[in-house]
Amino acid sequence: MINEGYVVAGYLITFLGLGAYAAWILVRGRRLSAKVPEERRRWM
Amino acid sequence: MTQTTTTVTGAPAHTGSRGSRIVGILAAVGAVALLVFALVLSPADEIQGEAVRLLYLHVPAAIGMYGAVILLGVSSAMWLRRRTRGWDVLGAASAEVGLVFTGLTLMTGMLWGRPTWGVYWVWDARLTTTAMLAILLAGYLALRRVPASEESRARRAAIAGLLVVVDLPLIHYSVNWWRTLHQDATISTTDVKIDGLMLFTLFLGMVVAGLVLTWLLIHRFRLAWLEAEIEEGGLDRALAERRAEAEVSA
Repeated sequence: MINEGYVVAGYLITFLGLGAYAAWILVRGRRLSAKVPEERRRWM
Repeated sequence: MTQTTTTVTGAPAHTGSRGSRIVGILAAVGAVALLVFALVLSPADEIQGEAVRLLYLHVPAAIGMYGAVILLGVSSAMWLRRRTRGWDVLGAASAEVGLVFTGLTLMTGMLWGRPTWGVYWVWDARLTTTAMLAILLAGYLALRRVPASEESRARRAAIAGLLVVVDLPLIHYSVNWWRTLHQDATISTTDVKIDGLMLFTLFLGMVVAGLVLTWLLIHRFRLAWLEAEIEEGGLDRALAERRAEAEVSA
């Protein structure tokens, strides 16, 4: 069990890092969507 | 309950869609399952001990890194052929998501290396070529920020994108071409060296990485598209103002 710290650090960095990046994309996407006409942002 | 802002014509004021929501839900459920299998159900390794659990993140992150960089190469080549904004924007999105996955690959690899090898880092061929990829991707993204017309920037980026991809075979075959501390491929089609629950957990990690990669790419592509639209709108407004000024002075 001596390696637990490395394992916990790895999982925290991965999940928090990806979560923060995903949140940044979503928030910025919402902000910029308001500035672009509807017909230029029709997602499939 | 999530509130959705929509316009009169129904276009959503965000980067989500039905498809991306399905991928997102699958990724979230898969991530929870991965945590359960990786941290609770799968056993510790006889030699590596608990550190083996980091490989359920490290290997999938590396697969995601490969996927994003291959997409960068494809989109760069396609831009040079078709010259359409979509391919340029896809290249930008792939590079940024690829950099995130490369960072995770390096970070989880270092955390695995410390208890297993005794060091966080060695200038081993696999580690060095992967670090080079991170630098190349950062350089690609920096190049995109250099002021230029959309056409010039896309051309530069496409050429740089193709150069970045050259590093992938170096990373992949580094363990065969040079004597490295990093081990050979753990799984190949002819010789599987792990089995049972550990193999399943590793496979699950790869599936989750694929879903997360897909979700991030979809949203980052749409965000980059919005950025390009706003930039184009700003340029159009500036040109219109210049024309109006010229007409007034004439």
